[in-house]
Amino acid sequence: MTAAPFFEASGLCKSFFGVQVLHGMGFTLRPGQVLGLVGENGSGKSTTMNILGGVLPMDAGRMTLDGADYHPRGPREAEARGIAFIHQELNLFRNLSVAENLFITGFPKRIKGLPFIDRGRVAARTQELLKAVDLDIAPNTPVSRLSQGERQLVEIAKALGANARIMIFDEPTTSLTTRETDRLFDIIGRLQRQGIAIIYISHILGDVMRLCDDIVVLRDGHKVGQAARADMTIEKMITLMVGRTIDQMFPPREPPVTLGAPVLEVRGLNQRGMVKDIGFTLRAGEVLGISGLMGAGRSELARILFGMDPHESGDIRIGGTQVRELSPAACMDHGMAFLTEDRRAEGLMMEASIADNIALASLPKFGRSWAGFIERTRLGDEVQRISGAVRINARDIQRTLVKNLSGGNQQKAVIGKWLLHEPRVFILDEPTRGIDVGAKYEVYKIINQLAADGAGVLFISSEIEELTGMCDRIMVMAQGEIRAEFPRAGFDREAILRAAMWHGMKETA
Amino acid sequence: MSAVSAGGGNRSTTLFVLRNAPVLLFIVLLACFGLMSDRFLTVTNFVNIVIQAAHIGIIAIGMTFVLLIGGIDLSIGANMYIVAAVLGLFLKDLPLAISFPLVTLIGLAFGAVNAWFITRLRVAAFITTLSTLFIGRGIALYFSGNKMVGFSPEVLALGRASYFGVPSAIWGFAIVFIAAYVTLSQTTFGRQIYAVGADPDAAGKAGIDVRRIVFSVYCIAGVCAAIGGLISLSQVAVASSTFGFQKEFPVIAATVLGGTSLFGGRGGVLGTVFGAVLIQTVENGLVMTNADPYLYPLVISIIIFIAVFIDSSRNSILERLERRQIRVERV
Repeated sequence: MTAAPFFEASGLCKSFFGVQVLHGMGFTLRPGQVLGLVGENGSGKSTTMNILGGVLPMDAGRMTLDGADYHPRGPREAEARGIAFIHQELNLFRNLSVAENLFITGFPKRIKGLPFIDRGRVAARTQELLKAVDLDIAPNTPVSRLSQGERQLVEIAKALGANARIMIFDEPTTSLTTRETDRLFDIIGRLQRQGIAIIYISHILGDVMRLCDDIVVLRDGHKVGQAARADMTIEKMITLMVGRTIDQMFPPREPPVTLGAPVLEVRGLNQRGMVKDIGFTLRAGEVLGISGLMGAGRSELARILFGMDPHESGDIRIGGTQVRELSPAACMDHGMAFLTEDRRAEGLMMEASIADNIALASLPKFGRSWAGFIERTRLGDEVQRISGAVRINARDIQRTLVKNLSGGNQQKAVIGKWLLHEPRVFILDEPTRGIDVGAKYEVYKIINQLAADGAGVLFISSEIEELTGMCDRIMVMAQGEIRAEFPRAGFDREAILRAAMWHGMKETA
Repeated sequence: MSAVSAGGGNRSTTLFVLRNAPVLLFIVLLACFGLMSDRFLTVTNFVNIVIQAAHIGIIAIGMTFVLLIGGIDLSIGANMYIVAAVLGLFLKDLPLAISFPLVTLIGLAFGAVNAWFITRLRVAAFITTLSTLFIGRGIALYFSGNKMVGFSPEVLALGRASYFGVPSAIWGFAIVFIAAYVTLSQTTFGRQIYAVGADPDAAGKAGIDVRRIVFSVYCIAGVCAAIGGLISLSQVAVASSTFGFQKEFPVIAATVLGGTSLFGGRGGVLGTVFGAVLIQTVENGLVMTNADPYLYPLVISIIIFIAVFIDSSRNSILERLERRQIRVERV
């Protein structure tokens, strides 16, 4: 336990587009140490690990490995120096076998100098590595047949094959069953005894307490605490992760004295493996927040509500009418709008002008006669009015292409597109992700205006302050279920976070 | 095993049928044509089918490499014609042992041009090869003056020759097939092709030289197009200005029919050989049963449509089976 540290990082800094996301992060690793890394979404955990794994270059700071400088120029160099990153999205080729995945960059050859693979040696070595992670499968099993847990063990075997000395696990248990999780922890214990250092990133604080020797807490890119397991409690971790004051980040929100009629009613919504027993009512003029960790099923719920993904059972009423055949077109007809979390892929036509993007969803409204010729003038006036309302900063909305706008202005263009449609229900999935503080403030103002005009807003966000600052009511999701609900008077950051981490709390209880 | 695959008995049956649909189709076709013509189910007829399928099969083997990385090569017909034109116009007097390797190098160069545009200038493969399809044929037509191109008698003799009782076309087909099969299944390069086809980003992250792999497969497609062209012209002895015209259609069809996915990462050359023979069998069967010649394209197109349809539905089924799950349902 008292071996000297062989890896040291200090003063790591990183900025994206002028916004500093990591401020002087540092830690050390001893052989056989398990270091837990916790913090809210966006607190800098992934950035730190991407720097360590060679995925991102650092702006400032120093890392040393065995006393020598360590500045990886890419994932390959990190791997060569013995640092393996077990990604959340596993990097295996599903169409190849387990053995092929382990050796894809360098198969042993039958005869030196000739390209033919020595299948016998590949199989034998694979067997050896699989045994080290307790995985009892044939080396030529296709990866597509393996469960998530088994795939993860294959990734670990791959890291072992590359002689890794530091293994980074990023949220390894989110898609595992309890049994698979136990198995993973056994393997981690074994790796530890072999002298491999582990960095374990997780939102499940119970697991972190169970597994880690030392715990580092990050908040807003700052290291706010580090302690050995004996000196740490889950309560303390949450307090450290949260501790922030809310100043004037949000426009004042006056909750409506009387709420309007229900605009979206959901009862008993189920989809196997996705969501369970979802039920809530959203009223006109209300901003309803949905909180939860990544992978809690918030975006999946939104996609189901907008008819993009199927559901097995449930009753959904938009504006009082039951919608039986849920599809994006039907939802739009009933006055629902959906701002997806991935605006680049799903929300915007990058090569088209701002005006064309805003007009897209509402073109049928501006059709004239049987052929639906577009009423250019009326449409142009409306688009102009909307882009003024959402304050897009561009000289000519007819000419400026969306791809040339900043993230914030792009987001306003998507919102504008839906505003032109005059929605009664507006689902916003992470509407302020990746945009700067000023643009965030303007998005908040638009949300307030929407509610004041009588729409119901469903506001999905990973930032708890954003929800407590903006919403009239907050629902918390975990594992595809609604775990808790808080009225505005009862907003409590710690209680919300605790409900979101319900799974982790249960494990220690 | 996993929560996803458990209880999916029906789904795996569906997948099994989808995966083996071409074989089932083949059996049904054999039965139909066999019942309609007593000359169809004979050894002589089958040898004929394989000889006629050889050039499509060889080019389709090259196409398999390209489709495996998720690419496409539409220019193979032009490549065939360039090979024929150069051989007939400029290399007629050279012995075949020199002229054949020379024109195969021209096929390689043609493939390398495609590869260069695709990997260096990052032009979409579809656009690149559509352009070189027209440019290549245009250049060759300029030299041939749109006239028939003839070859030396040795070429025709080679086309008619048999070695150890096996016709030369089948030899060529077999050699190309074995070389391709070994490359894909027994070499690092071959396995990396599958990795690049499954996920080019992940392949790059894993340290595979993605650009080199992509470059190579277009070169291989070029070489195969040249060899297929040589086999084809040795059977007909002259090349008209439409030699190789629209060959991309049966070639891509044979590859997809053989189970190689248009989306990359799945398939292999054994299936491709099978696909090429299947297409030729259909054509042969239609001839044997005295079907109206104007029906040929229709029937073949329908079969190809079915193959592509199966390919895409298989993908969407796989996608559904592999969707990320939020909850772990305990049974």
